[in-house]
Amino acid sequence: MSTSFVLNGAPTTLDADPAMPLLWAIREIAGLHGTKFGCGMALCGACTVHIGGEAVRSCVTPLSAVAGKPVTTIEGLRSKPAQAVQAAWIELQVPQCGYCQSGQVMSATALLEKNSAPTDADIDAAMSGNICRCATYSRIRAAIHVAARSIKA
Amino acid sequence: MPHQTAPGRGRSSRREFLKAGGSVTALALTIGFEWLGPARRAAAVAAGAAAFAPNAFLRIGADGTVTIIAKHIEMGQGAYTGIATVLAEELDANWADVRVESAPANAKLYSNLAFGMQGTGGSSAMANSWSQLREAGAKGRAMLLTAAAQQWKVPVEELSTEQGVVLHAASKRRAGYGELSAKAAALPVPEHVALKDPKDFKLIGRRPPRVDVPAKVDGTAQFTLDVELPGMLVALLKRPPLFGATVRTFDPAAAAAVPGVVKVVQVPRGIAVIAKSFWAAKQGREALVVEWDESHAEKRGSAEIMGEYRALAEQPAISARKVGDAAPAIKSAARTVTASFEFPYLAHAPMEPLDAVVKLTASSCEIWAGDQFQTLDQANAAKTAGLDPQQVSIHTLYAGGSFGRRANVGSDYIVEAVSIAKAHGADGTPIKLQWTREDDLRGGMYRPMYFHKLEAGLNAKNELVGWRHVIVGQSIMAGGPFEVMVKNGIDPTSVEGAANIAYAIPNIDVELATTKTGVPVLWWRVVGSSHTTFAVEAFIDEVAHAAGKDPFAFRRDLLAHEPRMRAVLELAATKAGWSSGPLPKGKGRGIAVGEAFKTYVAQVAEVSVDAAGQVTVDRVVCAVDCGIPINPDVIAAQMEGGIGFGLGAVLYGAVTLKDGRVEQDNFNGYRVLRINEMPKVEVHIVPSAEAPTGVGEPGVAPIGPAVANAVFAATGRRFRLLPFPQSAKA
Repeated sequence: MSTSFVLNGAPTTLDADPAMPLLWAIREIAGLHGTKFGCGMALCGACTVHIGGEAVRSCVTPLSAVAGKPVTTIEGLRSKPAQAVQAAWIELQVPQCGYCQSGQVMSATALLEKNSAPTDADIDAAMSGNICRCATYSRIRAAIHVAARSIKA
Repeated sequence: MPHQTAPGRGRSSRREFLKAGGSVTALALTIGFEWLGPARRAAAVAAGAAAFAPNAFLRIGADGTVTIIAKHIEMGQGAYTGIATVLAEELDANWADVRVESAPANAKLYSNLAFGMQGTGGSSAMANSWSQLREAGAKGRAMLLTAAAQQWKVPVEELSTEQGVVLHAASKRRAGYGELSAKAAALPVPEHVALKDPKDFKLIGRRPPRVDVPAKVDGTAQFTLDVELPGMLVALLKRPPLFGATVRTFDPAAAAAVPGVVKVVQVPRGIAVIAKSFWAAKQGREALVVEWDESHAEKRGSAEIMGEYRALAEQPAISARKVGDAAPAIKSAARTVTASFEFPYLAHAPMEPLDAVVKLTASSCEIWAGDQFQTLDQANAAKTAGLDPQQVSIHTLYAGGSFGRRANVGSDYIVEAVSIAKAHGADGTPIKLQWTREDDLRGGMYRPMYFHKLEAGLNAKNELVGWRHVIVGQSIMAGGPFEVMVKNGIDPTSVEGAANIAYAIPNIDVELATTKTGVPVLWWRVVGSSHTTFAVEAFIDEVAHAAGKDPFAFRRDLLAHEPRMRAVLELAATKAGWSSGPLPKGKGRGIAVGEAFKTYVAQVAEVSVDAAGQVTVDRVVCAVDCGIPINPDVIAAQMEGGIGFGLGAVLYGAVTLKDGRVEQDNFNGYRVLRINEMPKVEVHIVPSAEAPTGVGEPGVAPIGPAVANAVFAATGRRFRLLPFPQSAKA
């Protein structure tokens, strides 16, 4: 059975079990490997993608749920907030092992696309679903503030 | 797929470094990580033949690209960047030309000089390779200088180097390293070379940007999860529900009927479902029917095991350290203090669940993994496959964290993957073994449970005269190739941080009772100090309180003979404003200090405790002495991360067993620190001319006791059971 949606701006049809989590459809069928598997239960955020601009955990989202919808993965980030987030991540040397960072970048970008001047409380609310076992949290917080300032500048 | 970071990436990185490096033209960083897939590998070998490769760690191409071969895995701690920094420093390379490539498995060339085999751990990456890498870089530079001197027919003494270029000031001639590479390649490698005076360092002590960061920001970094080879299958393994249980019978029919499942095979560790995709393998595993033989399994629960440990702490144990005679000193003391501490099993829970790709044939075994112990993994894979170790090749990829988990002497996940490939027919089909989070948390290899009992005696002048410390728990090193490290019944990893207690105490008695359970255990970030530093630093705080002394001053006065430890303690206290007066009601400050892997770390934690007893860690001030700071930004990152990792463990971390079954299976049951719980962290690095030591682990040890001591300062309540209770209300 096939599901059609818009993946990183391109109309895409994937032939797969509609119950298959979007994460595995993106990784194993579409061949985009930036989105990671961490827990399989929407508890860690490593698999975060955007569906219609919302940060969503792709590991618990069935492929069928994105039919007709725009899905953006780390490979498809193009917006100004996204570029600001990635530049700030490099500027502040955020990643350590790096495995969770696609998800962190996706969640931070979704936050800044909605809220151009997030407070620390906003950052906590938007980012507490993304675990980083290396605990790069201080730099993630600082980088979101840097990115927010750079978007305004 | 093979990936190289495109030129121009990282434009905005570390402006400060680029300014400090004096090279505004170096804005276009081209640093990247090359994953040597089969195609790329052949190309690299071919390119290598034409390049200048004076030793196993360095290759300079005709285009000026400096490839540094890392014998240590990059699992987050910045090893690639540190390795490249040290070699590039002596080579006088242009940082923008530097790339890092992972070394193949080859113990002759790439041994960890601290281990005597290839592998990463014990915060040893920089410490063991410091001199080796400096020499490798310096020899390369010397040969490039000689090549230029011969080409220009000038004395070598008239030449200098700068950022990848050889210069002749008198004639204003200059040649890039790439231009000189062919000529240099024909020269003999010098036996002795002079190393730089540290005052001339241009990279070491600065903050060159990490080589792995750009690819970790745009999703292109290659982890084992991302390996995709033609015809590759994915396997999930159904493991026993109890440690020590085995397969009695199984029925593969329902699993085999799942679309996409290719084969169901029995291997020594369980039943593997091999499929065309992860999703099919997972559904297949869920459908699989297995009957287990639990007759020899561990069936105790954590509470029963801890009960046994408590009783053992009252029995005679083996001496790990004896100075004077602690028992009579404590007995005759004016005042005694006693306390006991309990530590649970802890999972490493790296973000990337364990995974390995194996391509096995009758005469070869090729492995792709975030491999941490190449020599042992090569040997264990060979044994499993029925091959010679030389027939096993390993592509070491980035690991999505490890914290010790991927460094296990039985190579559990590698052996599983090889055994599955063998059961599949050893026909060259690449097979990716994927663990799930549930597999990870239930899979054992935990930081052991421990029980600690401490007693101290104070004389009439409130001086500490006796210290007795009994530790009860499993040995990490027993029963494997590291067993030779167990001397006279003492596993050093069970007592490090306790047996070598730094405080000047006239009578010290540290004892160990080693236990056995069916639960497999392993080193977990900072190893023994993950529990010993807690016990020592929480207890010395209790002793200081009993003596009526300030906990910082009490420690400092016992460290007169330990200048480096005393210096970090004083630095942390000063920067934290320890003497600036008490905090408001409901807040408290706590201090702790420790040494691990010859790095000294002190931390001051500030906490708030609300009316409900909820503890919030507001701020942590950290001082570290790790010898010459190779990259202060990486050091700071490791302290920040170590604090977050250690804090999550003391607040929430526990793997518990009930009737032998692990009760946690994902991040809901096994909680770890999240961003809203991360304190503000300040890191202060002690300037040093000592040889560098590691930073990946030592920052983890003091945070727990620093927070516990701060909670006491705020509430009067001592936390002695780990993880901490939900509320600090009595």
